[in-house]
Amino acid sequence: MLTTAELEALRLSLQVALIAVIFSLPAAILVAWLLARFDFAGKSLLDAVVHLPLVLPPVVIGYFLLVVLGTKGPIGSWLAETFGIRLVFTRWGAATAAAVMSFPLMVRAIRLALEAVDRGLEAAARTLGASRLDVFFNVTLPLMLPGIVAGCIVAFAAALGDFGATITFVGNVQGETQTLSLAIYSLTQTPDGDAAALRLVLLSLALALAALFISERLARRVARFIGRA
Amino acid sequence: MSPQDRLKGEFPFGGTARSAKGAPMSDRLRFDVLKRLGDFAFECDLDLPLAGLVALFGASGAGKSTLINLVAGLLQPDAGRIAIGPDVFFDAKERVRLPIEKRGLGVVFQDARLFPHLSVRANLMFGFKRAGARVLAPQVTFDAVVELLGLATLLERRPHTLSGGEKQRVALGRALLAQPRLLLMDEPLASLDASRKAEVLPYIERLRDEFAIPILYVSHSLDEVLRLATTLVLIERGRVVAAGSVAEVLALPHAQPFIGGGGAGALLFATVQSHDEHYALSTLACDGFTLRVPRLDASIGMRLRVRIPTREVALALARPSDVSISNRIEGVIDRVQASDMAGTYAEARVRVGPSAVLSATVTRESAERLALAPGLRVWCLVKSVALDAGALAAARGSVATPVALREPANDERLRVDDPPR
Repeated sequence: MLTTAELEALRLSLQVALIAVIFSLPAAILVAWLLARFDFAGKSLLDAVVHLPLVLPPVVIGYFLLVVLGTKGPIGSWLAETFGIRLVFTRWGAATAAAVMSFPLMVRAIRLALEAVDRGLEAAARTLGASRLDVFFNVTLPLMLPGIVAGCIVAFAAALGDFGATITFVGNVQGETQTLSLAIYSLTQTPDGDAAALRLVLLSLALALAALFISERLARRVARFIGRA
Repeated sequence: MSPQDRLKGEFPFGGTARSAKGAPMSDRLRFDVLKRLGDFAFECDLDLPLAGLVALFGASGAGKSTLINLVAGLLQPDAGRIAIGPDVFFDAKERVRLPIEKRGLGVVFQDARLFPHLSVRANLMFGFKRAGARVLAPQVTFDAVVELLGLATLLERRPHTLSGGEKQRVALGRALLAQPRLLLMDEPLASLDASRKAEVLPYIERLRDEFAIPILYVSHSLDEVLRLATTLVLIERGRVVAAGSVAEVLALPHAQPFIGGGGAGALLFATVQSHDEHYALSTLACDGFTLRVPRLDASIGMRLRVRIPTREVALALARPSDVSISNRIEGVIDRVQASDMAGTYAEARVRVGPSAVLSATVTRESAERLALAPGLRVWCLVKSVALDAGALAAARGSVATPVALREPANDERLRVDDPPR
C-alpha cells in the first residue's frame, strides 16, 4: 500500500518526534517546576528563552542550532570531540530541532498542571513522613500526570510537523532527516510530484487523526487514575 | 491567680475521669512562639502535658489553626521555641528547624486531603510505610484502625467516591497509622453537616479513649469541646487566655465570654450509679458526692459529663433539710468575685471534691449578706430539674444520649470585644 520511501519517511517522522518528546520531558518538568514554584533572579529571562521558539521564525531557531551545535559550533565541536556525536545531517539532529521547537508547548502544559496541584495534599504528605523528593514522585508527579500527558501529545504533534528548524539545521537528507513534512515539501518541488505529495498529505492526516484518538483515550485513563473521572 | 499567671503556670493534668484511667507517661508540649501574619501577631506561650484530648478553643481567626500549623511545621515561627518532650522542633536561637516529615506527628485537616490517585487502602498505608523504625513495634496496627473507624468496606474505593464523613474517617485512620506521638486535628468536623458530624464524632471519642496518643484539637464549636476535651486552651486574637483541665478552665470567670452567658457553668465528670424506676430518677456518682437527675437512658457504669450552669446553683450556709432541692453538695468556697459590669451579680467558686468545682451565680447583695469568702464552708443546691438530658453529654460515644447543649455556641457569641484580663 505504501511505498518503501513513504514508509521510511513515516517511520523516521515517528522516530524523530518520539526521541524529541522523550528527551525533552525531564527538562520540561524541571523548567516547569522552577517557573511554577520558585522565585529567583533571572526567572523572567528563563521564561523568555523557553518561549523563544514560539515567537521566532523556525528558520531562525534552525540557524541558532546550526551555529551552536554545528560541527564548528562551541557545543557541537565539543560533542564531536568528546563523544563522537554529530548532530548535523542526522536524525538525532532532527530530533534536537523538533525538541527545541516543541519545548515551550510542553513546558506550558506541564506548568499549568503543576500549578493546579493542591499544595495542601503535598503538605499532608509531608506530615505523613514523606521527604520533599518522596512527595514529588509519589504525590505531585501523579497528580500532574494529565498535564504531562497533554504536554507530551502537543509536543509530539509539534515535533511531527516541524519544518523550518529541521531543514535549516539538519538539511533534507532522504532516509536520515527527511521527515514527512520535508518529503512533502521535496515532492512539491519536483515536477509531477503532486500525486505522490497528496499520498503523503493523506498519510499525515491519518497520522494526526490516530494521534488525536489515542491521546483522547489516554487522557480519559489518566483522569480515572487520579480520581477525577 | 491572674490570667497571666495561669498562662505561665504549669497545668497538671487535672483530676478528670481520664486521668483516673492512668494515661501513660506524657511528654510536655513547650511552645513559646512569635509569628506575624500580616497585621495579625500570634504570640503564644504554652506549656502543657500532652495527654488525652487538648482542645484549642476560640473564635474563627483567633489563631488556633496557626498554632497547629506551627507545631506541624507547616508555618515557620519568626521567633521562639517549640519542643515536645526532649525533641526540639524549632528554636530560633539555636537555629533548629526540624523538617515536617521528621516531627512524627499525624495531622487531620478540615478538608480530608486524601490522595485522589490512591485507593483508601493506599491512603491509609501512606504514613505507615514511612513511619520508619516506629513501625517495627507499631502502636497502632492497620487492622485495629480499620476496625475502630469502620473502614473495612471502603478499603478498595477511591476518595472521590466517599462521602464527607467517610473521607474524614479515612483521614483519621491515615494520620493514626503514621504512628504519631501526637495527633493534630484542625477543625476536623467543621466542613461536615450536622448529621455527618454526628457520624464522625463518636469515632474521635473512641480514638481518644482507645489509643494512648495525645490529641491537639482545634475547634470553634463549644459542643465539640465539651464532649471531647480533657484539657482546654482558650485562644483569643493570637494569645492564650487560659489553659488547664476543661473543668477548671470552664469555671474561670474570664472564660465566660467565650462560652456565652447561658453556657457558663461547671463541668463535672460522673458515672451512672443507679436508676430509681419508682421516681424515674438516676443517681450519678461524682468526685466525692452524688447527683440525682431525671431518669437517664444510659447504662450503669457509663461515664458522663455533666454541665451545671452557674445560674442553677444556689448556696446555703447550713445543710438545708426542708427544701425541695435534692442535690445538696458540701464544699468550700475558693473564690468570690463580681461577675458582671453592672455589679448586680457575684460568682462564687466552690470546691466540692478533690477535682470538682461548682460555680454559683448569686446577687452581690446575697454574697455580702452571707459573707461569702474563700475558706467558707457552704452547701451547693442544684435542682434535679436543671440537670435534664441537655446538660449531660456522654463521655463515650453513645448515640442514645443527647449531647447538644441547650444553647449551642456560635461565632457571633464568641466574639468578645474586651474580655477581662
